[in-house]
Amino acid sequence: MKLVLQAATVLHPSAPSGAPAAVRAASLEVQAGEQLAIIGPSGAGKTTLLHLMACALRPTAGAVLLDGQDPWRLPRPALQRLRKALLLAPQVPPLPPRQRVVTAVLAGRLPHESLWASLRSLLHPQDLALAHQALAAFDLGDKLFERVDRISGGERQRVGLARALVSQARLWLVDEPLSALDPTRSRHALDALTCAARERGATLVATLHHVDMALAHFPRIVGLRDGAVAFDLPSARVTPAHLQALYAQHLHELSGPVDLAPDEFPGGPVPVGMLCR
Amino acid sequence: MPPPTPAAAPHHRQLSAPALRDPAWLPRVAWTLAALALLWPMGVLTEFRPWVLLEPGALQPAIDFVGAFFPPRTDADFLRLLLRETWRTVAMATAGLALALLLAVPLALLSVRVLSLSGLAGRMAVGPAVLRQGVRWLLLVLRSVPELVWALVFVRVVGLGPTSGVLAIALTYSGMLGKVYADILESSDTHAAHSLMRNGTGRLQAFFYGLLPQSGAELTSYTVYRWECAIRSSAVLGFVGAGGLGQLTDSSMKMFNGAEVASILLVFVLLVWLADRLSAALRKDLA
Repeated sequence: MKLVLQAATVLHPSAPSGAPAAVRAASLEVQAGEQLAIIGPSGAGKTTLLHLMACALRPTAGAVLLDGQDPWRLPRPALQRLRKALLLAPQVPPLPPRQRVVTAVLAGRLPHESLWASLRSLLHPQDLALAHQALAAFDLGDKLFERVDRISGGERQRVGLARALVSQARLWLVDEPLSALDPTRSRHALDALTCAARERGATLVATLHHVDMALAHFPRIVGLRDGAVAFDLPSARVTPAHLQALYAQHLHELSGPVDLAPDEFPGGPVPVGMLCR
Repeated sequence: MPPPTPAAAPHHRQLSAPALRDPAWLPRVAWTLAALALLWPMGVLTEFRPWVLLEPGALQPAIDFVGAFFPPRTDADFLRLLLRETWRTVAMATAGLALALLLAVPLALLSVRVLSLSGLAGRMAVGPAVLRQGVRWLLLVLRSVPELVWALVFVRVVGLGPTSGVLAIALTYSGMLGKVYADILESSDTHAAHSLMRNGTGRLQAFFYGLLPQSGAELTSYTVYRWECAIRSSAVLGFVGAGGLGQLTDSSMKMFNGAEVASILLVFVLLVWLADRLSAALRKDLA
């Protein structure tokens, strides 16, 4: 899927008024089947940019075009149909703790499955071979029938990535896929991800904190700083000077990834659970 | 402003230092006084005079009635009757709850804001928001009419007997179940469901794959608790002729037969204990 951002600006819906936009006038063109990594210091707006591409956030100014179409001009049912072609993998894998790994992975097929088929799959998984294959690509073939809350954080993150492999999405937007993985696992996971995207002809956009990994695995790098695109270069032409400028005042993040607090939408106050029913 | 250190200020002067005055103290006192000021007229209005209970003229009949509870009646004839009425009560509560579920589950799903597609990016659209609010109001109406009133209505329609009790429980409980189901679903972790819907999954699929696994145990234990409440309700409904243990209690009470009342109450304790065990087992199983 081809993705174009035209001077897109996003104000976070929950941001206090007067706060600077999380993404400012970002322009970008990603061809179908291309693979690119977004790097930048924490708080640069990487996740927001990814949400913008995934139609999870509406641009306050400018436009997002998916295959030449502005999703926000579509009627709502058409927008939801378009979302079937998108896969947004959040940094914190969205897996219910009591679910089994096989179900969590096969949930990637839901957009292209009828309600009836998905209910049947809940009773008895219909496509075990597919789920196993996707998990095996991430070295998790033996965890097929484990429960999500009985596997480690790194395994959970890879289960979240395996979901991409069973989906039929044409644009994969992956947020910090390596935040819970050690270097060996990271390399392996990125290999599996980029390889699978290439095989399927899917466009792959990933935000990464590991600059080395981004340079090694992605042909194109976008540097994001303070919500604006700082550079957009083939990875061979990214110089240490570029990186120094991108991470100025955040140089410690260049040497090693920092542990990020999960940043889903920072919503309003969380409702207090009912105590007496 | 940094708080003064013990070295900087002598101990006895610390308490008067403005930095060490708890700003929450005065509001707490004020709210407590306000609550008491509100409670007083309520006590007057409800003629809340607990000492009346201890006056000998009032105490003696109560002691006599409770004294008649022992020993509970346990002859075979009565036990057979008790068993039949217990079974009828359990059936009434279960059938009422099952009917309530038929209404409550779709209504809860219709009213859950978390499953809004238009709400995925920003505010929910007007149409869906109005629909969800409308369903919430319907649930509110259903549960604000007490089951006793529904039962009195249905007794006139279908005549005396358990059917009116079942229908009354079904209507009131669908309102309660629907509202609480929706609240449980909305207060659970919605990350998984939202993420699925953002990738183009349908609402019902997102419910089964994202929301239900998060709150299945809580929903089950609440349903079992409501079943327990339905058993108590059916007892009250028995007083207006809906049959079951309630009707039995009513006739025993009218005849001041404490021994029978005691046996019936013991059955109630047993049923509630059973519901409690069932709920605990289910929660353990679903945890």
